[in-house]
Amino acid sequence: MSDYAKIISPYKDLPGGIIEAYHALQNKYNYIPEDAIAVAADMFDISLSQAYGVATFYSYFKIGPRGRYVIRICESAPCHVAGADDVIAALEKELGISMGETTEDGKFTLEFAECVGQCQGTPVITINSQPYVNVEPEKVGEILAACK
Amino acid sequence: MIIRIGLGSCGIAAGGLEVWDAIQKVLDEQAMDIQMKKTGCAGMCHYEPLMDVLHDGRQYSYVNLNPAAAAEIVSSLGEGHLPENKYLLSIKDIDKDIDSDLFSGQVRIALRNCGRIDPEAIEDYIDSGGYQSLRRVLLDMTAAECLEEIKTSGLRGRGGAGFPTWFKWKATRDAIDDIKYVVCNADEGDPGAFMDRSLLEGDPHSIIEGLAIAGYAIGAGQGIIYVRAEYPLAVKRLELAIEQARQKSYLGNNIFGSDFSFDLQIKKGAGAFVCGEETALLASLQGERGMPHLKPPFPSEHGYWGHPTSINNVETLANIPWIIQNGGQAFAAVGSDQSKGTKVFALAGKIKYGGLVEVPMGMPLRDIIYDLGGGIRGDGAFKAVQLGGPSGGCIPASLLDTPVDYESITSTGAIMGSGGMVVMDESSCMVDLARFFLDFTQKESCGKCVQCRLGTKRMLEILERICAGQGRKGDIERLESIALHVKESSLCGLGQSAPNPVLTTLKYFRDEYEAHIYEQTCPAHQCKALIHYTIDPEKCKGCGLCARACPVECISGERKKPFVIDQSRCTRCGTCVDICPDKWNAVQVD
Repeated sequence: MSDYAKIISPYKDLPGGIIEAYHALQNKYNYIPEDAIAVAADMFDISLSQAYGVATFYSYFKIGPRGRYVIRICESAPCHVAGADDVIAALEKELGISMGETTEDGKFTLEFAECVGQCQGTPVITINSQPYVNVEPEKVGEILAACK
Repeated sequence: MIIRIGLGSCGIAAGGLEVWDAIQKVLDEQAMDIQMKKTGCAGMCHYEPLMDVLHDGRQYSYVNLNPAAAAEIVSSLGEGHLPENKYLLSIKDIDKDIDSDLFSGQVRIALRNCGRIDPEAIEDYIDSGGYQSLRRVLLDMTAAECLEEIKTSGLRGRGGAGFPTWFKWKATRDAIDDIKYVVCNADEGDPGAFMDRSLLEGDPHSIIEGLAIAGYAIGAGQGIIYVRAEYPLAVKRLELAIEQARQKSYLGNNIFGSDFSFDLQIKKGAGAFVCGEETALLASLQGERGMPHLKPPFPSEHGYWGHPTSINNVETLANIPWIIQNGGQAFAAVGSDQSKGTKVFALAGKIKYGGLVEVPMGMPLRDIIYDLGGGIRGDGAFKAVQLGGPSGGCIPASLLDTPVDYESITSTGAIMGSGGMVVMDESSCMVDLARFFLDFTQKESCGKCVQCRLGTKRMLEILERICAGQGRKGDIERLESIALHVKESSLCGLGQSAPNPVLTTLKYFRDEYEAHIYEQTCPAHQCKALIHYTIDPEKCKGCGLCARACPVECISGERKKPFVIDQSRCTRCGTCVDICPDKWNAVQVD
């Protein structure tokens, strides 16, 4: 059994388990490997297009490689009015990449996220799902330095 | 003596864990016998990290702590001394005035345990009366009596639509099937709303108890909590709480020795706003793309895998044990005529005290924003409050006395929604805000209905054009026309409400749209294409600070003479405004 099949198989007989299987894959790799979708389609006995359709419908799932640290920046209105644009500019400048890209060393990926429910401290970013609140452009360097 | 530290994900993000560790270290070093307790969020997020010391019948609240300050306070506790320093916010008598005073004007029903009990300790929940309501319905009430109690309470769904909870339960109960489900919708996705996260992190057992009572009332043996994957701490605490409840036999077979058996499972969402819609949520639970379908059949007849299913929001369920414990009448005594009980609101944006407040329905918006939220952060003036997220609308200053209840809010063109309030001051451009919300709904539209898929896209394009200074005559009318089509011919709530932010800003701030289109100006100075930076030669001292700071080097001049900005190369980043010393204030924005 391939590595992908091993990760997927515990969810195979759960009703609607494909989303859980994708979560498990993403937990392991930090993204969903494209080849794993075909394995999932096979194991859940659905068409490849259906399996691909589910994986691409949900914004939390990402297909294809991502960095070890996935930095998601909330682009919803509360963060926007609090100055998220300046945080985005600071992150892009500090990492030398644009939103949606991964650094060459494969360490950081920058992505947009919708509201992550930490609106008490806008602007908000998450690094591998851990929230950082009240982020100011000047604090970006310090936050990134802590990602070893 | 007990020390409580707020460790919801908001407290953790503010540095609560470091404070916890520092206190733990002091207690260990000085071998002090003081109990430490982690709690969820009390709603006072702007005061985090925060610590309550319970001593001699009183609660001392220390706020905005750092590890060193917390350690210093705790090390003096050994001598029974509670320092009255700058971190001390308040001293309250625990039995008397915690609810009425510390959270002035608030009535805490849904949030009754948040910030008080340890969400990871089932004993704490039991000590505060937890699972007694479940016991009562199972041993002393028939399902019909339980339904009647909820009907008496007047509780309406807190997820946004405000549908009477008892009616939904009854419809599911009346449907004929051996298998029924009850689902907790914890897919909180409204930008600006975080009360469900706080409830799940701070009091998970109340949701479990609410679900079990719902299960009994409708005859369901299985419950599912559909929770956002973006809330890892909520998922963790729910998992733990379910495990504890099973161990204590509050979940499982023959609960409290009755005939009723009930169990729960958690399913994680994966980031799709539309899955807050009932039928889309069901599709997602079944492992499909989260796309809604036509109702009827309603989920109460044909839900999860075709079985009758009642889907209730987190806050709705958190109210249930309280209603059973105190009676439907007690709940109905709070609030307004048509909207009973309380509602939790999340205050965000340009508000002084961001966080959660729970108020009786019918409280005027003004009291929530000014008395509880402390008014506007900084020096700005209140401009509008966006209520109900991307499905809601902007309410202007002239309507600040509107009471918050379902009907009054709907009459303004906004909706109650899940209770997110994004407060804006005069630096916010309402056209830009409408563009922002529409950008959200356009991305989140599942694509099933043409009107929603294309309509939101076309509206967004028009708004982008207006913000970019390319607005055309007739754009406002075009927006209104498309909005009507999207509203009237979309299948689900997402499409039906997507135009609300545009329609309400058009209703109350039409002059701003007109200024963008016809005068090529952005009154709030937010839309970059419509603002110009110039240097006032009278005020400029010729120091050259701005020229050195300008990232595109478009400012030139000689020292001690006025500098000039090359408009053709200026990117309107605002660096020059920020760097020009306040005493000169030579850079003008118009």
